[in-house]
Amino acid sequence: MDKLIEVLQQLVNGVSLGSIYALIALGYTMVYGVLRFINFAHGDIYMLGAYSGFLLAPLFAHTFKFGEFDTFTPENTLFILSGAGLIMVLSMMICATIGVLIERIAYRPLRERPRLNVLITAIGVSLFLQNMTQYRLGADPKAFPQLIPVYVIEGLGNLTILTSQLAIIVATIILLIILRFVVMKTKIGLAMRALSFNPTACSIMGVNNDVVISFTFALGSALAAAAGILVSMDSPSINPLMGNLPGIKAFVAAVLGGIGNISGAALGGLIIGILETFVVAIGFPQWRDGIAFAVLIVILLFKPTGILGRVEREKV
Amino acid sequence: MAGTLTGRLMESLLKLNNCTIRFGGLTAVSCFSMAIAKGELVGLIGPNGAGKTTVFNMVTGVYRPTEGEVLLAGERLNGLKPYAITGKGIARTFQNIRLFGSLTVFDNVRAAFNLHLKHGPIHALTRGKAFLNEEGAIEKRTLELLKIFNLERFRKAMCKSLPYGDQRRLEIVRALATEPKLLLLDEPAAGMTPTEKSNLMKLIEFVRETFDISVLLVEHDMRVVMGICHRIYVLDYGVQIAEGPPSEIRSDPRVIEAYLGEA
Amino acid sequence: MSRSLLNLVFALVLCASISFFGENFIASNFAYYYDILISIGVNIILATSLNLVNGYTGQFSLGHAGFMAVGAYASASWSNHLDPIIFGIVNGSGNPVATNAAMFVSMLFAGAMAAIAGFAVGVPSLRLKGDYLAIVTLGFGEIIRVAILNLDFLGASRGLSVPGTYTNLFWTYGSVVLCIYVVLSLVHSTYGRGFLTVRDDEVAAEAMGINTTKYKVAAFVVAAFFAGVAGALYAHFKAFLTPEGFNFFRSVDVVVIVILGGMGSTIGVVFAAVLLTILPEALRGLAHTEFVPAAYQVLLENRLILYSLLLIILMLTRPQGLFGDGTAFKKWLGRSRAD
Ligand SMILES: Nc1ncnc2c1ncn2[C@@H]1O[C@H](COP(=O)(O)OP(=O)(O)OP(=O)(O)O)[C@@H](O)[C@H]1O
Ligand SMILES: [Mg+2]
Repeated sequence: MDKLIEVLQQLVNGVSLGSIYALIALGYTMVYGVLRFINFAHGDIYMLGAYSGFLLAPLFAHTFKFGEFDTFTPENTLFILSGAGLIMVLSMMICATIGVLIERIAYRPLRERPRLNVLITAIGVSLFLQNMTQYRLGADPKAFPQLIPVYVIEGLGNLTILTSQLAIIVATIILLIILRFVVMKTKIGLAMRALSFNPTACSIMGVNNDVVISFTFALGSALAAAAGILVSMDSPSINPLMGNLPGIKAFVAAVLGGIGNISGAALGGLIIGILETFVVAIGFPQWRDGIAFAVLIVILLFKPTGILGRVEREKV
Repeated sequence: MAGTLTGRLMESLLKLNNCTIRFGGLTAVSCFSMAIAKGELVGLIGPNGAGKTTVFNMVTGVYRPTEGEVLLAGERLNGLKPYAITGKGIARTFQNIRLFGSLTVFDNVRAAFNLHLKHGPIHALTRGKAFLNEEGAIEKRTLELLKIFNLERFRKAMCKSLPYGDQRRLEIVRALATEPKLLLLDEPAAGMTPTEKSNLMKLIEFVRETFDISVLLVEHDMRVVMGICHRIYVLDYGVQIAEGPPSEIRSDPRVIEAYLGEA
Repeated sequence: MSRSLLNLVFALVLCASISFFGENFIASNFAYYYDILISIGVNIILATSLNLVNGYTGQFSLGHAGFMAVGAYASASWSNHLDPIIFGIVNGSGNPVATNAAMFVSMLFAGAMAAIAGFAVGVPSLRLKGDYLAIVTLGFGEIIRVAILNLDFLGASRGLSVPGTYTNLFWTYGSVVLCIYVVLSLVHSTYGRGFLTVRDDEVAAEAMGINTTKYKVAAFVVAAFFAGVAGALYAHFKAFLTPEGFNFFRSVDVVVIVILGGMGSTIGVVFAAVLLTILPEALRGLAHTEFVPAAYQVLLENRLILYSLLLIILMLTRPQGLFGDGTAFKKWLGRSRAD
């Protein structure tokens, strides 16, 4: 019985960690879908999301009494959630804007150039975002303000689930539902899918590819920002380099699920999160960062299209 | 008659036996068989999307046939890597020119001499006499080949700066540098004027004779193909609809229909 | 002996005599510049070797620091454990013949170990292109670093001290000369044109009978070998190694040099290595003068901000790097000589 609880516990931890990876992975996969390129700077958008929350929270701290509640009660729940939600939505909007700007300034002029040039630019953008943040706000870790009270949820027996973990999982589910709606049911979502299927045909059919690409960057960046806020609720210490590892792990998740495939990215994120948690749980904590790379290498060698990806053959 | 036919088949250099290739749901080439004898100049024609280039890709190992086999002088080529197939004696040009864009005209051809190179990286470092001799011989040979196609005046130019037609001819030179037994030409005259075309065809005929090789030629211009090919295969939607000497092909009702249907 | 080999020997002898007659003078009178001189050498080796992979062969490796780490730790361990036994060197001091012989052997060992690592990385990475290859090599580089962090006999996170600072101008610039010679003579041969064809068009290269796989592995192995040698030089110069010295940003340093110099231009890359080793130092010096307001000091001291802007601006305006494939530079050299 204890074993079962233990496994269940790790599963919950894995899913909440995996949700974060999934949210970031979606950005990689959507951008890859429309532009066939890996946005190296995506992990840093996640970092900027956390920093946006860090800078925004003090502005609303008084109104929403951040950090003043110890527990959720029926009276305060809605109030707390709307405060946290507001910070999250604003951060998402800020990062969406940043994402769109980056694409406009750095990537768009290179669209017809070799992909390697874009990759190099993306590395440059990533370094720029990290080091500018370091320069403006300091390299030392910052304490992220408490947006929701974090404590162990009672009444679950031996299972330890934090309110922050629950928030991550619930918020991710909501965001995924919204994303699914946007991609499947709206015009711009349809255009996104069409663009990832065939760019030339798409522009011939009168779709404005630029608008769709900007929208994709906005969407992906917003999700990454949400991940940044959510993760900071759970582990409230943020630093300018915090996007590096999660960024790469989320990339692995996207490849694992089949790059370009939206459900694949979510699935891949969960798998990587759960795997990582179990690697730590069975006693190899020093390899928690290595496992993602190992997965990546195995995947690329044996099934480069990932779990749900489709084959793309170069026409000669 | 029967005697010469079997004689020809026995001598065939390249043989395709019932080759089929599918891309997902699309059958690009289906159950295609062909034989090319030593020294023969064979045409492969068909409307756009008929599967001509795909046949080239199957023969050269770029794609693997889903079914069927490819034989060169009796040896099975299925599953070999493209470079290994080139090593066996099949060279090709590409429909959408694929020269080595950052190299000069000279180096494009020189690079193709790699295949039969006796000296390796270690010799490149020690730069001994034998190595330098071989490099010199390659340089001489490269210039000779360029000269045949009247390209030696461009030898120092970047290949991308050449006129379109010259780039196509350079691709042929590059393919010849691998010393093939069989040369596959994918629309080598595309985009050329009628005079350029007929000159190129004479050149191809000349090359075939002097180097004693077989040629498989894909070309849209019927007059050109009819003029020089010994035999012609006609593909339509991946299926062979006719095979025979130009005189027969010209009057074959299925061929006429396929081409009229296109127009 | 062929002319190129003679030139190589001549260059090596030149390095040796400069080191023999000038080493102590420079090291004692211009210690600061001596340090920079060695760093320049190490960076030239790293960048020209990486240029074989990223420039001439058109692959994109982001893990060069990983191979450097393998070389550095290999040579340090070798010196720690075997120098006393083989060369009778105790605590890093011995007669010059012994220390130089020890340095040579440990450099070879470092190069060999790194080359093996290069082979191990190269083979599985071959199927990958562009972005994927970049991230996988980044991953390998990180795995090497994480492995060192977890290996107790390499000092783990405590770091590893290296006995003997044997690195001198001869070993550094001798390796520079050798590395440039190897890359250039490989590339400037019919064999070596193969690297360039892999970069330009893999499908066409294969169709011309070129085994692209072999070339990619060869490029990886040669580049890793020299990264290992650079690691050995670094180890026996700094005398102390930590895994953090070989992180992702160290790889980025080298990549930036290669891109600035122009992928596929050895002379450009050498120039860029010199420039980008001096520039951060110069900016750091500038930061502490009265002309620079305190608020901007950090900006000038952080080389990565400079690098990031350099990468973005270069890609937008001059993706071929300062010198492109080197033809512009050669022309310029030729003209100034003719004048
Ligand atoms: N890699 C591939 N993936 C999917 N379909 C392909 C691929 N390569 C070729 N095809 C399809 O196979 C069919 C035959 O194409 P192919 O290029 O061989 O025609 P072709 O006869 O050379 O035409 P053209 O005269 O236009 O050159 C086409 O429908 C093409 O779209
Ligand atoms: Mg074709």
